[in-house]
Amino acid sequence: MVKVDGTNNKDALIRVRDLDKKYHRGSEVIDVLQGLNLDVSVGDFVAFMGPSGSGKTTLLNLLGGLDVPSDGTITVAGEQINRMSGRVLSAWRARHVGFVFQMYNLIPVLTAFQNVELPLLLTKLSKSDRRRHVETALSIVGLSDRMQHYPRQLSGGQEQRVAIARAIVADPTFLLCDEPTGDLDRKSADEIMDLLVRLIGEHRKTILMVTHDPRAAERAQSVLHLEKGALVEAHR
Amino acid sequence: MKFLPLILRNLFRKKIRTTLTVLSIAVALFLYGLLATIDTAFRSGVDAAGADRLICRNKTSLIMPLPVSYRERILQIDGVADLTYASWFGGVYQDPHNFFQQFAIDKDSYLRIYPELVVPKAQMDAFLNDREGAIVGRHTAERFNFTLGQRIPIQGTIFAGTWEFNIRGIYDGRRPEDDTSLFMFRHDYLDERRVWGRGVVGWYIVKVRNPQEAAKVAKAIDARFANSAFESVTEPEKVFMIGFLKQMGNIQLLILSIGLVVLFTLLLVTGNTMAIAVRERTGELAVLKTVGFTDRAVLSLVLVESVAIALIGGCVGVGMAKLLTLAPLSIKNFMPVFYFSPTRMIGGMLLAAAVGFIAGLLPAILAMRLRIVDALRRV
Repeated sequence: MVKVDGTNNKDALIRVRDLDKKYHRGSEVIDVLQGLNLDVSVGDFVAFMGPSGSGKTTLLNLLGGLDVPSDGTITVAGEQINRMSGRVLSAWRARHVGFVFQMYNLIPVLTAFQNVELPLLLTKLSKSDRRRHVETALSIVGLSDRMQHYPRQLSGGQEQRVAIARAIVADPTFLLCDEPTGDLDRKSADEIMDLLVRLIGEHRKTILMVTHDPRAAERAQSVLHLEKGALVEAHR
Repeated sequence: MKFLPLILRNLFRKKIRTTLTVLSIAVALFLYGLLATIDTAFRSGVDAAGADRLICRNKTSLIMPLPVSYRERILQIDGVADLTYASWFGGVYQDPHNFFQQFAIDKDSYLRIYPELVVPKAQMDAFLNDREGAIVGRHTAERFNFTLGQRIPIQGTIFAGTWEFNIRGIYDGRRPEDDTSLFMFRHDYLDERRVWGRGVVGWYIVKVRNPQEAAKVAKAIDARFANSAFESVTEPEKVFMIGFLKQMGNIQLLILSIGLVVLFTLLLVTGNTMAIAVRERTGELAVLKTVGFTDRAVLSLVLVESVAIALIGGCVGVGMAKLLTLAPLSIKNFMPVFYFSPTRMIGGMLLAAAVGFIAGLLPAILAMRLRIVDALRRV
């Protein structure tokens, strides 16, 4: 159950309190997020919407431990990540977060299999176990027959599915998707959204997604708007 | 090992650029190999010099002789264990281009002082029994196809006339750095035939009982002949060989200078390649960090890639240099010890690895410090 009012939700997987993020541009200070609160439970599918520059991606970066807040706390599964060192945060990301980007961000010289395998290289899994995990992830996204293809040999939709397989291969606690359909045609975008919904339903994943696309946002359980640095629930 | 595919893929993603960088490193290491080989050739006498041997020569000049009577007087000096002598002959075999060193040696003591020059006993006996006998090094024997029993004429340039010798022995060196190009014949034959210079020798080789006392013994020898008509200079064989080398110029400084220029150029070439490679892959490095690669892991990946490129180039260059030194080259006639030693080869590979490491360090640090958020924004 998603909440943005800062009241305690004891079942929350992700708990954000009084989150501030400021950027400095020369002598100018830009307040991107101000006193933001958020509670997300396991299995939630949340879409963040808002105009460009409203701080959607910044929020996603903070939740994923890619950036550090100016103030406030972010707690994920009981661990307060805003206090972690860079090294601990790297290990935490590897264990808990799967990232999906708008531009897929696959490594062009690696095959689909090798791209999906990347997060597993940081684990102690054996080669055969890694292979098993990668094959499972690629079969979930429907690309078992494209394992040895390079990104340039895949369509945009297929590349994004490889990126999703890479995001889920280590069985992370939650997925962060930044405009996952932003670079896709309608049909491919719908397929990606079907896949994300299926990950929630069949694999009980928690997904937080930034999108400009109302049709993609419709598929989420909750839609939150970023306004003046804070989140408000959208009326559906 | 599990990161190997990632490293290999990155290495060869820009095949032409990687190949050119590898080739530039290979050429530099090839040059290093040649310089090291030439240095070894020049220094072979120094490296082969015995710590327990002193060279006693005329104080005025190396070409001035010493009396043969000094032999007994040197042997009486405390600390001297043994002694031999030799003289430069300077003859020409068939053609002045066919240069090789010829020494007249004391038949009984010379090879006793130089145990690293090995002659089979039967051949040694034949040499001792033939006044016109000669012992030749394996290198020169193979160069001119000399065989045992062959009679060869050598035209004297210092000592007039045609001198004929019977090849009675072929010696080998115990170590790769031992010179096997010498042609040695009996000093009593020289004394018998020469019309001037009887009763003198070119230089003495003194074996000391204790190498720690070499300086003291050298001083005592020179003191014994001070203020005589034939004053002497005695010094350790190694010092003598270095002094001999210096007459040809500071070869080591020359080699070091060339080496440093090559090394510096190499650092720029490899550093530039790695800097471009990292800049091109900013987004990918950010993705690696996003999925959990630590800053150190990213640093290591870039460094390993840089060192790998340098090592591949190093292998090619060092291998080419080794092959060249094994080929039949005319330069070997003048540099008998034309030898690229395993130690120098390992040195070359370490040099290549160091170049790769230093050249990759700055790009690797930049990659390590890369902020994910900034890098992803650039994608």
